[in-house]
Amino acid sequence: MSEAPRLPRAPSRPADGLGLRRAIPDRMLPSVVAAMAFLAALALAGAVGAHALATRWSGGAGAIVIVQVPEPLAAATPGAAGGAAAGTRIDAVQATLAGMPGIASRHLLDARELDQLLQPWLGGHGGAHADLLALPLPAVVQLRLQSGASLPPALPDALDRQAPGTLVEDSAAWSDRLLALTYSLQACAGLALLTVAAVAGWVVALATRAGIVRRRGAIELVHSLGATDSYVAQRFARRTGFLALVGGIIGALVALPVLAQLSRLAAPFSTGAAAGGAAGATPLAGTLPGVLVQVGGGGGGGLLPGLMLDALPLPLLVALPSLPLATGLIGWLTAQATVRAWLRRLP
Amino acid sequence: MIRLSDVSLRIGNGPNWPGRTRFLGRAAQRREVLQGVSFTVPAGAFRWLLGASGAGKSSLLRVLQLGAMPTTGEFELFGTSVQRAPRRQLVRLRRRMGVVFQDLRLLPELSVFDNVALPMRLAQIAEPRVQAEVSEMLNWIGLGRRLLARPGELSGGEQQRAAIARAVVLRPPLLLADEPTGSLDAPQALRLMELLMELNQLGSTVIVATHNDHLVRHFQAPSLRLDRGRLVEDGARAVLVP
Ligand SMILES: Nc1ncnc2c1ncn2[C@@H]1O[C@H](COP(=O)(O)OP(=O)(O)O)[C@@H](O)[C@H]1O
Ligand SMILES: [Mg+2]
Repeated sequence: MSEAPRLPRAPSRPADGLGLRRAIPDRMLPSVVAAMAFLAALALAGAVGAHALATRWSGGAGAIVIVQVPEPLAAATPGAAGGAAAGTRIDAVQATLAGMPGIASRHLLDARELDQLLQPWLGGHGGAHADLLALPLPAVVQLRLQSGASLPPALPDALDRQAPGTLVEDSAAWSDRLLALTYSLQACAGLALLTVAAVAGWVVALATRAGIVRRRGAIELVHSLGATDSYVAQRFARRTGFLALVGGIIGALVALPVLAQLSRLAAPFSTGAAAGGAAGATPLAGTLPGVLVQVGGGGGGGLLPGLMLDALPLPLLVALPSLPLATGLIGWLTAQATVRAWLRRLP
Repeated sequence: MIRLSDVSLRIGNGPNWPGRTRFLGRAAQRREVLQGVSFTVPAGAFRWLLGASGAGKSSLLRVLQLGAMPTTGEFELFGTSVQRAPRRQLVRLRRRMGVVFQDLRLLPELSVFDNVALPMRLAQIAEPRVQAEVSEMLNWIGLGRRLLARPGELSGGEQQRAAIARAVVLRPPLLLADEPTGSLDAPQALRLMELLMELNQLGSTVIVATHNDHLVRHFQAPSLRLDRGRLVEDGARAVLVP
């Protein structure tokens, strides 16, 4: 009842007639998902930046306290806590500070560090040193408190008595406020990520539903021919998952240069050592106490120049590639759920 | 093999009829297209399903083919109680039957070959076997030269033959055919009925809905007759229901 069959071309993949390439076209979904991934990348950068700030100000070292002593070499006020031994004002202050509990480290900035600190205002390199010495500079002592420790409230008055005009700049108030700010920034970034993920899921669900409606006849047919729900859902999920993955890759790639630029701008705040800055100190150094830690310390070297990847902080470098994976997963899961929910209407 | 007792089917009752009922009026939604239908068909039997247009033949086949759940009553298929079976089990039952739909439902984007191969591929049969058996089936049914044509390029009769080929390609234990000879001329219709009879002789249970009296007279077999949703004749029991 048969002759030797003349076979048609062997299909690379069994044609099942679901026709998903046409049902879920490859333009709209990836573009929208790319836009979502871009927004997510920005939110991630915000979260990572805020996290860097938070660890920077609250991390291990504890709060930083700056003590400024004007006319450090003048004689200390006698009879103050330092006792008879105290000679100059700076010695008296140092002696008092040395007796304080809760201080992890104490460092008197030397002339070179002061020079670097002031350079942005006074200009010049090295040569300015001599001029600076001529100016009546205060001595600057930098304290690091042990974490959890705080200065006794009476300290500023006590120091002022020994060395009139001494300023105690306690960064604890700063860091508390900055911490609150960074936490709310992180919360905002988290909310933005959630919103973006929800919108992405919604877009995938809409595209999937549109695809189902377009291929309804074929879906009902393969269902009646004994296709399982998993089979149909899997076919849709592969398509939308793939398209969402592509969208995620596009979005992350577009975000890359933007984020690199942003984090270059933010580098002084988050790493302390600007990638290219030899001086280390920035105009803000005087107003943001935390930055002082870096002054004279490990000045910014060691970073490979050129590549924009180097400008990105590590957490962001890890998060960015996982963005397409996340969009792909959202696409896959949403399509699975959408298709399965729809198939439930068939017996 | 098939046992219905007191089965009724009401349309407009949610999941049973996805979609379409929205466009019907209130009266139509309450309409029972099958009422109190009871019959059995033993394994290996052949039945004609008769009745005027609109009597409910397609609706009954839809129930048998697991395209709609009975609204009330009991339906047992291959020894399984359909209403109580889990969804996975229904999939397994569907794979044991071939269906020729009244509206054929060939997928227009696929070639004739791929349309006929569809049930085999969904059953994950190895591709070489699919190639061999689909080609053999299409040759036998007279479409051997149209393997790569799209359904839209075929005549009505050729499309009908392709739909039949798809239904029988897995040699299913149960074959349900809804007016399968509607667009065929008399000799072709006879030839096709011979194919279905042959399948029946090889052991498949076959139910064919038709209003072609000529065929029914030519191929003597018990018939089930529907009238306005009720079973009014069950030839196998030779009982007339008023
Ligand atoms: N999907 C549907 N929606 C609404 N009414 C339907 C649907 N299918 C069938 N009917 C109605 O059910 C009745 C039986 O139809 P059908 O089973 O197609 O009869 P037959 O196949 O015997 O011609 C008809 O009155 C028809 O209008
Ligand atoms: Mg009909």
